[in-house]
Amino acid sequence: MIDELSNPDIPVPDELKASVTITTLDKIYNWSRRSSIWPMVFGLACCAIEMICTAASRFDISRFGMEVFRATPRQSDLMIVSGTVTKKMVPQIVRLYNQMPEPRYVIAMGACASGGGPFKEGYNVVAGIDKYVPVDVYVPGCPPTPQALLHGLIKLQEKIDSQSLRDVRWYKSETNEPVPVPLLGPDLVDPRQYQLIKQRAMQAAAPAEA
Amino acid sequence: MSATAPAAAGAPANLAEHFPEGVAADTRKGYEGYVVGAGQLLQVAGAIRDKLGYDYLSSVTGVDYPDSNQIEVVYHAFKTSGGPGLNFKVQADRNDPVVPSLVGLYPGAEFQEREIFDMYGVRFDGHPDLRRILMWDGFAGHPMRKDWKEPFFEEDLKPFGSRWPGGDVRRSEELDPFGANVQYPPDFDPYEWTPETENAIYKLMQPKADNGNGGHLKTDKLVVNIGPQHPSTHGVFRMVVVLDGETVVDLKPVMGYLHRNHEKIGERNTFLQNMPYTDRLDYLASMSNNHAYALSVERLMGVKVPERAEYLRVLMVELTRICSHMWAIGFLLNDLGAFQTPALYAIKERELILDLFEATAGSRMMCNYMRFGGVSRDLPAALRDENTMDFLRELVVNRLPYAIDELDRFLTHSEILRARCIGVGVLAGEKAIAYSAAGPLLRASGVNYDLRRADPYSIYDRFDFNVCTRPNGDVYDRYLVRIDEMRESVRICQQVVAGMPTGGEILAGKPQYNVRVPAGESYGRVENPKGELGFYVVSTGKTNPWRYHVRAPSFVNLTLLGEMCKGHKIADVVVILGSIDIVLGEVDR
Ligand code: SF4
Repeated sequence: MIDELSNPDIPVPDELKASVTITTLDKIYNWSRRSSIWPMVFGLACCAIEMICTAASRFDISRFGMEVFRATPRQSDLMIVSGTVTKKMVPQIVRLYNQMPEPRYVIAMGACASGGGPFKEGYNVVAGIDKYVPVDVYVPGCPPTPQALLHGLIKLQEKIDSQSLRDVRWYKSETNEPVPVPLLGPDLVDPRQYQLIKQRAMQAAAPAEA
Repeated sequence: MSATAPAAAGAPANLAEHFPEGVAADTRKGYEGYVVGAGQLLQVAGAIRDKLGYDYLSSVTGVDYPDSNQIEVVYHAFKTSGGPGLNFKVQADRNDPVVPSLVGLYPGAEFQEREIFDMYGVRFDGHPDLRRILMWDGFAGHPMRKDWKEPFFEEDLKPFGSRWPGGDVRRSEELDPFGANVQYPPDFDPYEWTPETENAIYKLMQPKADNGNGGHLKTDKLVVNIGPQHPSTHGVFRMVVVLDGETVVDLKPVMGYLHRNHEKIGERNTFLQNMPYTDRLDYLASMSNNHAYALSVERLMGVKVPERAEYLRVLMVELTRICSHMWAIGFLLNDLGAFQTPALYAIKERELILDLFEATAGSRMMCNYMRFGGVSRDLPAALRDENTMDFLRELVVNRLPYAIDELDRFLTHSEILRARCIGVGVLAGEKAIAYSAAGPLLRASGVNYDLRRADPYSIYDRFDFNVCTRPNGDVYDRYLVRIDEMRESVRICQQVVAGMPTGGEILAGKPQYNVRVPAGESYGRVENPKGELGFYVVSTGKTNPWRYHVRAPSFVNLTLLGEMCKGHKIADVVVILGSIDIVLGEVDR
């Protein structure tokens, strides 16, 4: 741990090496965050089974400090979207994301969460969770093997390592707007698209009236 | 194996003779069973149940025939004493389809009729609660109708011209005006619109005025939503519960949160393209799903599966059953509050089985292993640095029996498990049959009905194994049935490993990427770990199915959830749900 954190440019006398390390605030901040990412207990579909296997004895996610699955979004750092996002479910997913405190991360696990996967053309399927919430890491596969998910988690750790206190968005003064929660109407209605929907509807209706 | 032509052995006396009016044999080529007039349906179905003894209504589904302007509702009834089934149909006018509801006779039809209402718009007269079930209230259209098109619609049938043979793939988003998978009716104005509320379900469950304590103390009933995102619902599943204190007064499941449109996509796909999709139904038992679908299409094609392939199929399917039951037991303990530790023990050996699947089929979970007329690959020569057959022998002779004994030793006599499970969620045998319950749920209520014996398929008649039943119908008995069944599956696997022919064909004919399936209908069913899994397939003689319906055991078993939970405490709801062992991929499809 000491080696991982200490700054090679600043020498520490040999006799102190065992107990003293000189590092930057960024490094220690990121190191503690990346070593205790708490995911949310949140399984959507088949991919969730592989997520459980990743947490189980053989693949042992706790090697990365991530075994503390939390049942509430309020205590979670990471949302692993593990499965097909359906239109009926997406309002709840967006709401859960909004309830997570910053800093928060999202992993799209599997083909479905990343882009719709085998069910993309289905009428009740949202073609990828990134249409609604920002995704940090995409893990391909259907389902991704536990190794692939672990690889995705390591990538997320790398991303955390590269962040700096100076410019992370959660310490900026402007507040973060929540993602507007989509509604269930004749089809899924995205509040951000009201204008567009109205416009298209008028265009579609126009030739009939003419 | 399934519904059969009237002439076959054990089939009923000609139904048309019993009812000269309103019943006619279905004479379309490749079809079987009878067409019943809507007016006579209740009477005929009553006779089928009471006089002819078909007490188990396995599947109800719809088929759209726009050419004859009809929607057909297809029923498959069986006898719990075993034997082939009876298939009857009702035809309704496509413009205003109304069919009498069979819920009064076969309560197990409740959710299935709601599904047909949702997907085809057929109204069932006399249904107690006819609402949409998979889509939400307010959704535009009935998506399984042949003329209903999804927003990302490209062509009616695959392979799509855009992918084949040229292969100039575009993202579907580029075609949709909203850049997403949505479409709206032309008169839809989002600014003028208010979303549909969920009052319909709450109203339905409005607690009755009497609060049951003699009127001395005024108490309120409480409505609680559990799910769709809840750690104990085994996926995206929701229950609306009415509580009096901690006691459950009423419970209704709400589903569709994982409705992935298997059937709509399945009817655009070619027959073979559906095989990998079946993996994703009950994703803990992909091999069994493959098997059921392969059987139903093979019935139409009339192919004979080579000997070695049959053995491989049985081996894979029985190993799957062990995996699935292990999972069910581990997570039942989770639901009991023994968080994670028992589950970790339970799924330890599952990894070995998954290694075998991965080495053989190429994937741990989504095996896509079976083909029409056989299986896609043979066992590998070596596995985990061992000869595969040695590995298998070690697995089924030593490791699995040991793991099952271990679970049994740790759990069966555990004070906590017994206190929480015995006498909870009791289901009587007759009720289980009436509600079309299947699998361990049915057998734990003392009904000796296992398709491997009752309606044998594949080569199960060659193996020596028992059908496991228990008499009490509570959560504990369901747990015990699963333990017993794993032992029987191990026995079957041992016999398979000992008797499997070495070498030989594993696929009848040469591998094909597209198969033409003779016209007709077929209902193939297997005993999947969760219960009876059936595929109803209609072919018009082309390479794509006209109808592809999945009769999912988890979905039908849920019809009983409310009944079983009433009168229990809220904490028991979670346990009862765990004891049914649902998989949402299959519930919502
Ligand atoms: S990516 Fe594959 S395994 Fe994962 S949820 Fe989608 S279909 Fe299931």
